[in-house]
Parts: sequence; C-alpha cells; structure tokens
Amino acid sequence: MIRSPMRSLHRLLAPAAVAAVLAGGAVPAAAPALAAGDAVAPKAVAWTFNGVFGRYDYPQLRRGLQVYNEVCAACHGLRLVAYRDLAAIGLGEAQIRAIAGDKEVDGEPDDEGEPTTRPAEPKDRFVDPFPNVQAAIASNNGAAPPDLSLMVKARGGAADYVYSLLTGYVSEAACKKQFKDSQGNPLAPGEGQYCNAYMPGHIVAMAPPLTEDGQVEYEEAGAPPASVDQMSKDVTAFLAWAAEPYMVERKRMGIKVMLFLLLFTGFMYAIYRQVKKDVKGRA
Amino acid sequence: MSTEAHGARRNRTLKWIDDRMPIVSMTEHALYYPVPRNLNYMWNFGSLAGLALIIMIVTGIVLSMHYTPHTDYAFDSVERIMRDVNYGWLIRYVHMNGGSMFFIVVYLHIFRGLYYGSFKTPRELLWWLGVVILFLMMATAFMGYVLPWGQMSFWAAKVITSMVGAVPLIGESLTELLWGGFTVDNPTLNRFYSLHYLLPFVILGVVVLHIWALHTVKANNPLGIDMKGPQDSIDFHPYYTTKDLFGAGVFLLVFAAFVFYAPNYLGHPDNYIQADPLKTPPHIVPEWYFLPFYTILRSFTDDWWLFQILLGWWGMEAKLAGVLAMAGAVAVLFVLPWLDTSRVRSAKFRPVYRAFFWLFVIDCLVLGWIGAQPAEQPWTAIGQWATIWYFAHFLVILPLVSRIERPRPLPHSISQPVLGGGAAAAAAPMEASR
Repeated sequence: MIRSPMRSLHRLLAPAAVAAVLAGGAVPAAAPALAAGDAVAPKAVAWTFNGVFGRYDYPQLRRGLQVYNEVCAACHGLRLVAYRDLAAIGLGEAQIRAIAGDKEVDGEPDDEGEPTTRPAEPKDRFVDPFPNVQAAIASNNGAAPPDLSLMVKARGGAADYVYSLLTGYVSEAACKKQFKDSQGNPLAPGEGQYCNAYMPGHIVAMAPPLTEDGQVEYEEAGAPPASVDQMSKDVTAFLAWAAEPYMVERKRMGIKVMLFLLLFTGFMYAIYRQVKKDVKGRA
Repeated sequence: MSTEAHGARRNRTLKWIDDRMPIVSMTEHALYYPVPRNLNYMWNFGSLAGLALIIMIVTGIVLSMHYTPHTDYAFDSVERIMRDVNYGWLIRYVHMNGGSMFFIVVYLHIFRGLYYGSFKTPRELLWWLGVVILFLMMATAFMGYVLPWGQMSFWAAKVITSMVGAVPLIGESLTELLWGGFTVDNPTLNRFYSLHYLLPFVILGVVVLHIWALHTVKANNPLGIDMKGPQDSIDFHPYYTTKDLFGAGVFLLVFAAFVFYAPNYLGHPDNYIQADPLKTPPHIVPEWYFLPFYTILRSFTDDWWLFQILLGWWGMEAKLAGVLAMAGAVAVLFVLPWLDTSRVRSAKFRPVYRAFFWLFVIDCLVLGWIGAQPAEQPWTAIGQWATIWYFAHFLVILPLVSRIERPRPLPHSISQPVLGGGAAAAAAPMEASR
C-alpha cells in the first residue's frame, strides 16, 4: 500500500491498534512482542482540523507555538515558516516582532565591507537553532534533528503519528519486554538512545521532549492545564498548521467548488437528456 | 455531413475566409461529424483525457513561472508556491493530482479500446498514435515527479535512470548522457525540467493526429460494427458535446474531491522530505500509475526460472531483461491488431475473449498491487506469475482465442439490431436490456 497521510483514512485503519494502547501513551505489557521493523498504528486523535469542515483551533495553535518555541526550537528548525506567517494564527505585530527579535540573522555588509548581523524581522523565516548541519550533528549524538516545517506531511499517519511519537516513549524495561530487534532478541536502546512505541524500529535518538505537566506555562487566559498530553496535542496542531497553512482556505473553497460542480453537472445532465429526446433509441 | 447544411458558407465573411483557408468548414466538420448513435459512457474518456491534458498544461505553465530548477532551490521553491504564491497551493495540488486523473481516464480509455476492439481495422493508426501518447505521458509524468526534488523524486529518478545502464555496450554512456554527469544531480534536474515542459506540447501534437485519424475512420461503438448510413449516426454536436460536458462535470467532481479533501492521498509522504543522496528511503515506490510496470521490471530476477530458461542461459542480465519487458509491456500494444485477428470487434459478441479480457483487467490490478509491496516473497512470486499472464494474454491467449472462438452473430446495423432475424435476433433483447 502507498502510505497515506490522509487522516480520515488512517482513522479507519487505526482502531484495532488504538484499542491496544492506553490513553496515557504507555503500551500495555500484555501487548505481543513486536519485531523492530513493525510499525505500530498511531493513536487516532479527534483533531479540530479533521474532516471536510475541519478548522484550526487558533488558541491551540498559539499554545503549540509556545511549546515549539520553549521546547522543540532548542534543536529543531522551522525554516519554511516566516515569522510574519504567525499573523494568520492570531499574533499581533508586536508579538511577532518580539519572537523574531530574539534571533540574530546575517545582515548587509557594513561600510567597511565587514559582515554584520541584525535581529530577525517578521519577513525572515524561522531561524535554525544550529548555524549549519555539521553543528547540528555534532551536538546531537551524530544525527541532525530534522526540520519540523513539513513533519506532519512527511510521515504516514500525519498529525496522529507526531502526537503518538511525542507520547509514545517506553521505559527500557518495557522496551525489552515488548519489542524485538531484527535477530529476535529483546530490543534495548543503546547509549543516548530511547525506546518509542511508534517510531519505525522503536529506537529514537530524541530524548522524551515533554516529560512533566506544567513544563510550559501557558500564557493565554483560558488555556487548559499544560499536561504532557495537552502540550503534545497543542504542538502537533501547531506543526500541522505549519505544514499546511492554507488547509482551512482549501477546505472552505472545496465546499463551494463541489457545490458549483454538482449544480453544473446536474444542469449538463438535464440538457443532455433534453437534447437526446430528439434521437430515437440510444445516443 | 455536408458543410453547406450548417450555413457558415452562406455568411459572406465566413465564406471569404473559408475560400482562403478552410478553417470554418474544418470547425464545422469537427462539430457536426457523424458519430455512432449508440455510444455508451465508456466513450467519454477520450474527451476527458483531452480536458486533463489542457488542465495540466495550463497549471504547469503557471507553476513554471514560480519554480526554480536547481537542486538547492527546487524543494524550497515548491514550498514557496504552496505558502507564498497567491493560490499557489491550489495550482500545485491541481497539477499534482491532475497527473493521476490523466492516467485514470487514459487507462479507462485504453481498456475501453481493448474491450470493444477499437484497435482493429481500420483503426490501427489511430491506436498506434494512442500508444505513442501513452509512452510520451509516461516519460512526462516520470520527469515531472522528479522536479519537486523530494526523497521519492530523487530515488525514483535514481532507480529508473540506472536501468538504462543495462543496455549492452552503450549503457554507461547513455546513462551519463541522461544524467548529464555521473549521478542524478543538478544537470539531471535541469534537463528533466526542460523536457517536462517540452513533451506535453509534443503530446498535444500527437493528440491532434489522433483526432485526425479518428475523424477519418470514425468512432468505433459498443456493437463494433460499421455505420452503414445516416440512420446509424448522429452529429457530434449537440448530442455528444452535451454528453461530454456532463461527463466532464462528473470527472471534475472526482478531481476536486482529491484536490480539496485528499490532496496528498495519491502521493508519498517521503516526498515532503528534501532529496538526500546519502539517505535511501526504506521502500522506493513509483507513483501508482507506474506500479504494474514496476512489478514487471522487478519480476526479472537472476533466480527466476522463466528468466533462466528464456534469456539467462545465453548470457543476458536479469536487469536488462526486466527493462526490455517493461518497455515491451507497452510496446506489445503496437502489434495488438495482428495478435488479435478476430474480425469481430466488440467483446459483446466474443464470450471467450470477454472472459479473458476481465482476467487481464484483474491481472493488471494484481501487478499494480504487487508493485507497492516490498521485493520479498510471496509478493515476488505472485508478481512473476502476473507478469507471465500479462504477456501470455497478448502473445498466446489472444492469437489462440481469435482463431478458436466462434463469435455470436452480429446485428445487421446499429440502428436496427433487431432486423437481422434468426440468431441475430436472439442477441437483440439482451442489447435492449443493457
């Protein structure tokens, strides 16, 4: 099968695996041991952006941005998103300038021709945490943390997968019990490695990023308690927006286009039937 | 149909133009040319393929205004189209899904031709031009898929272009010519972009020839018998223009459903990861419309008994055999009119052929399904048997069936299938009930 990022389809396929996974993300010990290559179907989440009428929940996206900025941005870039794009999720210009201004980017050479730097502006794209890929590799145990701009679209299972990964870490003991490596031996993460139920192969170099409730203090009034589960959902929703910022416009336009085409097709059928009346028999 | 009947030549201006260049009467011929009165909805897919080609050319031209064919910028320029170009996401999703839609209608168009014997005399040239279009479409789609420079773009390009290396003696030079270097890199992307822009217009040219040939020999029909007079035909306009517009509406509904609600369903998530020549994806799979051919290619392994018996013993490499088989899978359509020698066109009157036709359809679906599986058992074995069946259908079954089969009697004419009397009359009630 071509692996599909279409969320609704995934929901159809997921229930069996979901039933086997506890809400908190721990895989029950009773689950049969899986070989290293076996992928676990991600947990299905009722995202606000699922379905034909799906919309982003903008307060949730802003909370997710906060989680990204305070946790993920230490290692992961978001290089395809510009700071100005944040206006679309409801940030004011001052807020956008404040977020951008924390980062330095290359400026124009000065009058002597010496290179300069300047604070990032709304027009700039999110500044990468590392100056280059070698630096990213050197500070991360030999593997550069991937850019997150398209992460939700670049994985089968899409947002469900990203959320499941964030909440799918398993202890070393549980890992040995549940998963097997390619030789059929109990799977054990090596030095600087972690076990995750949803990662293909179940070994991941990323330490669990969200570990305790309240790790991020949500600023906005009316925000839900920042539980690990809530933070994981919020940042995943933000990344879904980052990967597909025009999804709401797309689905909204789709309804109009489909209604127009239905009408057009109906009219054309009526006209065709009318014209056909002149002809005896089939035409 | 006489042009005079429709009056354009009575208008003095139009007549003046027409005497110097018969563009008016040509248009009239195209609009009022006689079409069998009994076409079913399977005859909608030709015009739908034309519509798909136009949509692809229009959206493609707009995309090319924003796309940068350079390995460092291609991926980002596509994302810029998705994020910063006004309605860029719409144009790109239409183009991306348009490729799949084009192949769906063209495949249905081809299967229609196979079922109703549209490749038989006097339509061989019409059929050949269609096969040429299919070849050109495959080349265009393959090169277009490389342009976004995602992981699947790069690795599909790598796998497919490396096959050329299997050609004896000149394989290596040929591959380097294709790559413009020693691996898939910037020169490859540049030439693919150039050719991806060129080939659709070549397709357009061959489509004009295809329609020209069609207007010369006229359309086939579900009964597969010739039109014998005006009572058997109706004018293309308004009868088939309205029917084609209705078909276009249904087609666009399906198309729009994908574009707006499942734009990435037919794609692969890995293509949203920028190409990395050092990192091979776990499963390299082509787009769905190439999967059957991909299976045929992969079926030829060194240890396959059929390969060893037929080709391996005199030293041919399995890789080369696979490449030849894949090309042959399409090229065999060129000789189809001489493989299926039955003088009855429509499968309606050929019960044995009809059964084998549906087996062939199932075989193509199996080939497609296996193409998406990893190269492991039992998939490989199933794929190999499906490959055997694919070629056996054309090279063994069709010549035998067309010789042995006793077709049911044909109706006397399209307009009066009942008047034949006797055995032909028995076929008629079934006709009416369809």
